[in-house]
Amino acid sequence: MRFAIQINEGPYTHQASDTAYQFAKAALARGHEIFRVFFYHDGVNNGTRLTVPPQDDRNLQKLWSELAEQHQLDLVVCIAAAQRRGILDANEAKRQGKDADNIAPGFRISGLGQLIEAGIESDRLVVFGD
Amino acid sequence: MSEKKKFLYLNRKAPYGTIYALESLEVVLIGAAFEQDVSLAFLDDGVFQLMNNQDATATGMKGFSKTYRALGDYDVRKFYVETESLELRGLKLEDLMPITYEDEDDDYAEKPSLIPVSRAELAKLIAEQDVVLSF
Repeated sequence: MRFAIQINEGPYTHQASDTAYQFAKAALARGHEIFRVFFYHDGVNNGTRLTVPPQDDRNLQKLWSELAEQHQLDLVVCIAAAQRRGILDANEAKRQGKDADNIAPGFRISGLGQLIEAGIESDRLVVFGD
Repeated sequence: MSEKKKFLYLNRKAPYGTIYALESLEVVLIGAAFEQDVSLAFLDDGVFQLMNNQDATATGMKGFSKTYRALGDYDVRKFYVETESLELRGLKLEDLMPITYEDEDDDYAEKPSLIPVSRAELAKLIAEQDVVLSF
């Protein structure tokens, strides 16, 4: 089956990203396809490479980046939600006149159309959030 | 792109306490360009999103309630409102914005977009959808 995943909450405060990660890993292990993972609302905060969680805790950003690399996952961060919350890639940082970017490896910034397209192109869209 | 799908946006939260309502509306607006079969549903505190005469000035936030009334122009014209959620909050359908759309198949007559449904009817509606986005 072809899945799309939407994550609406940031890491650590909420379990949404953890659960979505476990779901994605399990689905891929069963031979399913993940068409796209779309990060929305505070979910965009999963895509900053500047988080430094304690060493004895999981690093969600790293887990997502590694899963993306292993399976060529398309991790998309909503641009409008990202700009509100200070998640920028190099292009956006330049365009907005900011002195740094923070997007994590394997993540890309794009528009809400990517979420709608994921809904259209997938058999199931699974939303993780409150 | 494949065939038309039935998209339902579930709005469950009050408009200004969290950003979910505003960012849900942003998805609805972008999604309208994809010409899918779109419905919105309002339940739990989500019914407050449709309250008439909203004024967000004192919150310092941008008021966005007028945007719901413009959705008819984007072919978004099915606003299901759960009656149990209204009753629990002491609200009536008349307390909500008179949202309408122009029916091009009926000489552009203005028709109400708000459709009251019971919890059981809403459950059936959800089961009929291809894509359910929950906010």
